[in-house]
Amino acid sequence: MAVNADTVPAVGTQSHPYDVLIIGAGVVGAMVARFLARYALDILWIEKEADICTGASSANSALIHGGYAAQPGTLKAEMNVKGNPMWDHLAAELDFSFERCGTYVVAVGEDERAELAVLAARGKANGVPVTLITGEEMRRREPQVNAATSGALYCPVGGICDPWGATLAAAENAVQNGVALKRRTRFEDFLWERPPTALPRIVGVGANAGDVYTRWVVNAAGLYADTVMHKAGVRPSFTVTPRRGEYYVLDRNQFALDKVIFPVPGKISKGILVTTTVHGNTIIGPNAEEIDDRTDTAVTKAGMHEVWDGALKLVPGLTQRAIIALFAGLRPGGNAPTLNPSVDYQKDFVIEIPTTVQGLVNLGGIESPGLTAAPAIALRVIELLREAGEGLRERPGWSPRRSGRPVFRHLSRKQQARLVAEDARYGRIICRCEFVTEGEIVAEIHAPIPADTYDAIKRRTWLGTGRCQGAFDMPRVVDILARELGQAPEEISKKGGSSTMLTRRTKDL
Amino acid sequence: MKQTYEVIVIGSGPGGLAAAIGAKRAGAEDVLILERDVELGGILLQCIHNGFGVELFGEDLPGPTYAQRYIDETRALGIASLLDTMVLDVTRERKVIAASAQGRILELQADAIVLAMGCRERTRAQIRIPGTRPAGVYTAGTAQRWVNVEGYMPGEHVVILGSGDIGMIMARRLTFEGAQVARVLEVMPYLTGLTRNYVQCLLDFDIPLQLRHTVRRILGRERVEAVEAVAVDEHWKPISGTEELIACDTLLLSVGLIPENELSEKAGVRLDPVTGGPYVDDSYQTSIPGIFAAGNVVHVYDLVDWVTEAGLIAGQRAAHYAQGIGPPLAVGTVPLLAGAGVRYVVPHTLNPERLAAAAVRLQMRVTEPIEQPVWIQVYDGERLVDQHAARYARPGEMVNLTLAPRVYDQVRQAEALLVSVAPR
Repeated sequence: MAVNADTVPAVGTQSHPYDVLIIGAGVVGAMVARFLARYALDILWIEKEADICTGASSANSALIHGGYAAQPGTLKAEMNVKGNPMWDHLAAELDFSFERCGTYVVAVGEDERAELAVLAARGKANGVPVTLITGEEMRRREPQVNAATSGALYCPVGGICDPWGATLAAAENAVQNGVALKRRTRFEDFLWERPPTALPRIVGVGANAGDVYTRWVVNAAGLYADTVMHKAGVRPSFTVTPRRGEYYVLDRNQFALDKVIFPVPGKISKGILVTTTVHGNTIIGPNAEEIDDRTDTAVTKAGMHEVWDGALKLVPGLTQRAIIALFAGLRPGGNAPTLNPSVDYQKDFVIEIPTTVQGLVNLGGIESPGLTAAPAIALRVIELLREAGEGLRERPGWSPRRSGRPVFRHLSRKQQARLVAEDARYGRIICRCEFVTEGEIVAEIHAPIPADTYDAIKRRTWLGTGRCQGAFDMPRVVDILARELGQAPEEISKKGGSSTMLTRRTKDL
Repeated sequence: MKQTYEVIVIGSGPGGLAAAIGAKRAGAEDVLILERDVELGGILLQCIHNGFGVELFGEDLPGPTYAQRYIDETRALGIASLLDTMVLDVTRERKVIAASAQGRILELQADAIVLAMGCRERTRAQIRIPGTRPAGVYTAGTAQRWVNVEGYMPGEHVVILGSGDIGMIMARRLTFEGAQVARVLEVMPYLTGLTRNYVQCLLDFDIPLQLRHTVRRILGRERVEAVEAVAVDEHWKPISGTEELIACDTLLLSVGLIPENELSEKAGVRLDPVTGGPYVDDSYQTSIPGIFAAGNVVHVYDLVDWVTEAGLIAGQRAAHYAQGIGPPLAVGTVPLLAGAGVRYVVPHTLNPERLAAAAVRLQMRVTEPIEQPVWIQVYDGERLVDQHAARYARPGEMVNLTLAPRVYDQVRQAEALLVSVAPR
């Protein structure tokens, strides 16, 4: 189906409102869009950035958590445990990378070993399969761990995924099923109807691109979820505190580890881990630093030291020579107490239809294990809408499947030869480290959600992520983007806005 | 198309072109160059400044002119080449797999291979500069391609980190094109590029160079807005109180080059952790018989002339290998080791029988600058085998030492040769 994501059909007026408007195109927004697209609803999905998946969902540990770490009785635990088993089917239907490789929590030294039992008990309470293994067994399974490893907790259902790939796949499936996605569209305020005898009702949103009418709004605004809530006048005491986590990416030629290794968790996070990725690179991180600025993804000297020291504790053989990239992500930490009064926990997810306004589905504080939980959260949103009286009839022609596009480096030589013979652009390697071809880049530019910036290409193809960090591909990608989009090279940006890569032609003063 | 060749050369920069010519001149019938870009010449094509060919031709040529001489010669010699063709894999058995934008995956067999993939630039992550990740942070070589090949400006207000040659050359080039180059920062207490580039590219254009300074942070969300520069002490630790915000829209990095050996590693070629390139003998043969390497893939050169010279030798010896001639391998070879003040020596081993026939050039980088007359000395244990005088020794400038046939006897008897540098 030829659907352009950025074209909006003539709905959204007062007389013909959308049924649902989703704010935010992170993984939660994408899963909500994807699962809601099953139903005969007019759905508008807005994202303030130039592309989907640029906030919390874009920079994290890429883990599908087992669910032993979340406190029993919380929404976090429930959504984690419900979300985890959904990923195999989801990855098969939506064609993205996911590996249920199992995860380890490694105790170093005798003091930490007691903590493993606490985690194991939590796992049991949450219904998550976990086993305790000896330090010796851990070192046998992974000889690179610290020699002082005293024991480990193994969770066979933990896994890894490609968070960009998963978000894109879900988003594309939503768009193919008729969801209208508008990027570069910023929520500003709600439009209201205030009946004298009933609760105030949200009837639309004001955005930078104008007013849009809708019957429901789903707040999936991530780092800005509190701002959206407060504009709706709900949960005035809810705040999102960005918690920054810094990471290193290692060259897979220089360091390889095929496991997910957590430390014994600290007070505010699961600690600095050493983990493999679906791309085969090891990543280490994150630290956890509460900051004020919701856009500040800068890496810091102090953070880099902290991450390195933390990783060395687990895997002492790491060498800095192997580092090929640094990045930082922000977790949207909330402060919502768990609904169940018998559970003392102040950082739970918010998944609700608030009782003080009509027309809002409110999601907030979706930090880790938010990626794991996202599909379960989407199903809960559907339940909430049904409970609120929405019929949700199935959309005729709805398809749960989305196919990825060819990835040259994943093909056998024979398949490569066939692909290159069909389309010679797949024979032109643009990224020399990751072997990404022109064919793949062009396919992404013309995909259902067009990649129209350098970073959008990078996230979709994995180009520029290797040891040269784009030094070779950048001029070539700018050239291809300009050609395919019919723009001048100096209009091509890294990530939208004023992030243009070039300033002018030479001689053109 | 043809699938077997006597010599396949991977890369068509100066090392690759020379290797192909060397092989053909030595009698190889079938020589093939594989080049990933759309024309022959490699990085020389974006080096439109002069300074090439002074040693070999006694002429001061721009890069493309220098390249063209060798491109013309490959044509005159009838050397085949495939452009827009990227090698994906090389095996120990000298099989070469490549993707071609002409719509094929090629599987070729060579009797001998010359690796000439050149080098890549060290990145921001490798030197771990903190801060944001906006547009406008580029390696100097990427900027050079944009300006000189594509005809676009990467920015208008530029800070350059690193006093490598490409960085200094781009400081001048961007100035010519109307950009403001605020400063060049170098973390080391000395220049890492050539002195002539400092004089011609920075001094002549009043572009300040600050030694023992680095970038501590990059600022800006979408495009670079500023960098925070800071002085460092002798342990590279920032000196607090010296921080300075420099407003700019671009940060160029010229912080070192790394030989590009992912293909060599796939073939199983052993690499020297100091150079980042293969261990090579005086024929530029790697640890795998029949696989040779030439140019910046072996170690980072400062002058193209020496790359050409190495390529010619590697190509000739590759042809000899393909033809089954040449001295026996690794028999009686003498290791060449870095001694005091020397970071590395290339080649890594010397076959004395070669020395009997002709002089052999040794090339090395020193660890620290010595700004006074020096001896470059070759020792066999305590015994001085040979020494050459130089006016100074600087890490940014490769040191050459030619061993003459007259030291053949001494070399033949040596277990290993140690090369060192000392003030005269």
